[in-house]
Amino acid sequence: MDEDELISTSTKRPVFKKGRKKYELVVIGGSAGSIDAVLKILKNLRADFAIPIIIVLHRKASHEEFFVSIFQKKTALKVKEAEGHETILPGFIYVVPSDYHLLIEDDKTLTLDVSEKVNYSRPSIDITLECAADVFKERLIGVILTGANADGAKGLARIKSQSGFAIVQNPATAEVDTMPKEAIKSTAVDHILELEDIARFLNGIDAR
Amino acid sequence: MEITEPDFEMLLQDILQTYGYDFKNYSRASLKRRINRTIAMERIPSFAELRYKTLRDADFFAYFLEELTVNVSEMFRDPYFYKSLRTHVLPVLATHPHIRIWHAGCSTGEEVFSMAIMLQEEGLLDRSIQYATDINQDVLEKARSGIFELSTMKAYSENYNLSGGKANFSDYYTARYDKVVFNKELSKKAVFSIHNLVSDESFNEFHLILCRNVLIYFDKDLQKRVFKLFTDSLNPLGFLALGSKESLIFSEQKDQFKPVDKKEKIWMKTS
Repeated sequence: MDEDELISTSTKRPVFKKGRKKYELVVIGGSAGSIDAVLKILKNLRADFAIPIIIVLHRKASHEEFFVSIFQKKTALKVKEAEGHETILPGFIYVVPSDYHLLIEDDKTLTLDVSEKVNYSRPSIDITLECAADVFKERLIGVILTGANADGAKGLARIKSQSGFAIVQNPATAEVDTMPKEAIKSTAVDHILELEDIARFLNGIDAR
Repeated sequence: MEITEPDFEMLLQDILQTYGYDFKNYSRASLKRRINRTIAMERIPSFAELRYKTLRDADFFAYFLEELTVNVSEMFRDPYFYKSLRTHVLPVLATHPHIRIWHAGCSTGEEVFSMAIMLQEEGLLDRSIQYATDINQDVLEKARSGIFELSTMKAYSENYNLSGGKANFSDYYTARYDKVVFNKELSKKAVFSIHNLVSDESFNEFHLILCRNVLIYFDKDLQKRVFKLFTDSLNPLGFLALGSKESLIFSEQKDQFKPVDKKEKIWMKTS
């Protein structure tokens, strides 16, 4: 735990101490049930949230435009499909296209990748989290949401080993608890939160 | 163990000097991931060991090269792309007495056989030559063999049907144990050979060039080189087909192309 730790659980809603650490990227990963979960987070996110967000969701359909448009309806931030060679910029929410992994280069540009599925998944949450952890180190926040497999657990552990910040959706109230539970098992996560509180926490942190 | 930054640089230098493969314009995030994956799968204990095997063990290097470059392919991957080829491109190719197609970065040949099946169904196979190239001899051998895993056929068959296939997919191969062998006539007029997009030049003029999910790993400079190579290698009114997330955006020749199907990433050279 560090300066962002939870300081009070006495009321129903947790109270977050104002963080001093500056963050440069948030990566959110989810599987079964995660579309609604992401919509809930985006709806409650500040309109001027200044840290870029990458969203990695497992899903069958490859209707990128559909995902971008339903997410866009919930936020004033600019939602777009992640493209190769683009630089990660504040004010943007990047949705990883289906059937591609998303890698991150040292110069903070994105690379799409069609290599083998990982955890039966492409995109794999682990791959993006691990890349992000190695590039952004302590300036990264990883969030694992509802889902039915263990993808994301290794990535979250990598974030912690690189001194980043790890948040997991409360498995007790997640639609499917496997993914949050596996993530919690894999490393000492910083917060286990309800969806509403994930948005509130993010709203309270500072961009670099 | 995972490779460090200085060791990564040294390894790329070793590979260039010893084998002539220049990876400096490839995605570094991808290469590092592939190297670390190989280290983990082969349980390589140290960088010294990896370096020694890379430099001294040709068999290991052949395997390593295949791991470094992503060789994940599928028959009729993106079925609607194939449907678009069938609808928009093959009727134009049919107007030529001889058809030359280049699969640049063909990997293990799934795309070559997919195309051969479509050409046969459109009555064009006998007058088509497919040139299938890759940097890696081993994947070319696999492609040439026409042997694939039986376990993948169900998914390929679904892709084939979605792509507008006119027959039963299983008519094109014979199953033997856990493998299938594709009918020899499909690859009778395919030429499989080594070609490196990083360093080799144009070797023919084509009516259609397919290069799908290769450029995603190349930086802008290397993409520019490859687009020039493709432009120089296309007939007037020839077609260029890229992967679903690739575009001509970094090409200096983009004004020489017009889109045939924007969504499925097919262009035609117009000048």
